[in-house]
Amino acid sequence: MLPEQLQENELAAALAAHYPAAITGAVVAHGELTLHIEPDDILAVLEFFKRQQQFERLSTVTAVDRYPLEPRFEIVYHLQSVARNLRVRLKASVAGEISSATAVYAAANWYEREVFDLFGVVFSGHPNPKRIMMPDDWEGHPLRRDFPTHGFKYTYGEQQ
Amino acid sequence: MSETITEPLLHQEPEAGATRRMTLNMGPQHPSTHGVLRVVLELDGEFIEKATPEIGYLHTGIEKQCEALNWQQVITLTDRVDYLANLSNNLCYSLAVEKLLGLEVPPKAQFLRVLLAELTRINSHLVWLGTHALDLGAMTMFFLTFREREDLLRIFEMFSGQRLMTSYIRPGGLALDPPRGWEKPVRAFLADFPSKIDEYESLLNANPIWLRRTQGIGILPVDEMLEIGITGPLIRAAGIPLDARKMTPYSSYEKFDFNVPTETGNDVFARYTVRMAEMRESLKIVKQALEGMPEGPTRAEAHRVVLPEREKMKTQMEALIYHFKIVTEGIAVPEGEVFQVVESPRGELGYYVVSDGSGKPLRVHMRTPSFGNLQGLPNLVEKRQISDSIAIMGSLDFVLGDCDR
Repeated sequence: MLPEQLQENELAAALAAHYPAAITGAVVAHGELTLHIEPDDILAVLEFFKRQQQFERLSTVTAVDRYPLEPRFEIVYHLQSVARNLRVRLKASVAGEISSATAVYAAANWYEREVFDLFGVVFSGHPNPKRIMMPDDWEGHPLRRDFPTHGFKYTYGEQQ
Repeated sequence: MSETITEPLLHQEPEAGATRRMTLNMGPQHPSTHGVLRVVLELDGEFIEKATPEIGYLHTGIEKQCEALNWQQVITLTDRVDYLANLSNNLCYSLAVEKLLGLEVPPKAQFLRVLLAELTRINSHLVWLGTHALDLGAMTMFFLTFREREDLLRIFEMFSGQRLMTSYIRPGGLALDPPRGWEKPVRAFLADFPSKIDEYESLLNANPIWLRRTQGIGILPVDEMLEIGITGPLIRAAGIPLDARKMTPYSSYEKFDFNVPTETGNDVFARYTVRMAEMRESLKIVKQALEGMPEGPTRAEAHRVVLPEREKMKTQMEALIYHFKIVTEGIAVPEGEVFQVVESPRGELGYYVVSDGSGKPLRVHMRTPSFGNLQGLPNLVEKRQISDSIAIMGSLDFVLGDCDR
């Protein structure tokens, strides 16, 4: 559902016309448009922005951990249209799994690996679902809010 | 990772019809990787069949540490993201926090920010030029560019007291007023530097080795570049004027008259030409900033955000209280989220900052240009000769600290 004050926003209205069920919320704050998307529809919405709205670039994919809220992860996509000089932010709240955007934007590959590595969100259909930052034998996902900043294996000064 | 290490160096029994491939580890200590990048190359003779960059050797958990620090303490971490363009990172984070706070920065601070960001661009391009030319065998360039870089580092030191980790641009303005007579070294640099760029070009533009190692190398179609997330001088060398300074001006860039240099060559040489032209444009911007420098304060009038002057703290009780509150509790940033983009020397630098209204950020995500550009490395080097990969990696101009964070 699109809030009334956003009916006149061209991008939001265009998406609402095509996928009315996909939008769960929309905000314009600090001059930036944020669209909350149903996680199941994320690929269709990304496809819509890329093919029909000239958003050629996926700038970044990241996540925000809203622990202890449920569902805890917000997957955040930043898209840019170079031709129209526009940016849009898409958000999907998930408990731990979402479809991979690599089929739409090749650039999502490393960003999704990073989110998987640091948050533990699984991207189904990702071509190379491996850790990218941490060592392969690392336990846990460091950017989760319930992961202590100093790590679980902190022994400096307290060994013996 | 472990399976690639234990893989035999030569695939003994090739499948029917396939050629024998050799796996070669480039890095993590190879000098041309400028840091600790490891690229696993599968070679067919001199040609690269498959390249797999392995990053993360410099992952220091900066995004995690940001969540444990106060809003104003994060500035010191932003320096360490990209250690060749620390002022661009300071600027991007400060702009994001100011947007969340709804804070307007005085014009003098905005102009000084532009001036410093452009000097940072020149500084970064000088390091790139020196090391890139060194990789391709032109050793003299390294000494020449580091000679001029020294002048720039002295200017940064004069402003902030630090040569590399400046932390000079802060939410609300600048850390310190610029010292008296700061214009003099900047003017001297402005007068001196154009002839130095000519000197670099006279050494390289007619150098047959340089030309043969850069021209026609590393070409990638433009739509593929956009698709894989390449930004900065690389995409501008492919003819797309993608530059955040023009497209979404910040920190009063709209008041400056400058061009966004583009090329159509799309090869390593075109990227070199674009960066050389960018240094000249940066000089133009610095000159305009110097001449049009507004009068006034360098910090916003915001008691709850900007630390009070030392003198006021000794005479006014309120100033002392605000100082105490900012230092102990941190700035209270209203709830919200911002994606601030600036044009770093390497490309699109974006800070995605989320606040839950407390004294610490809920999330600071850095969309760093090196990470985005490095993802395109396999597309750039595959099916090309191994010696060309050195030139191509040099033209990417990545900083591994920027990539791994």
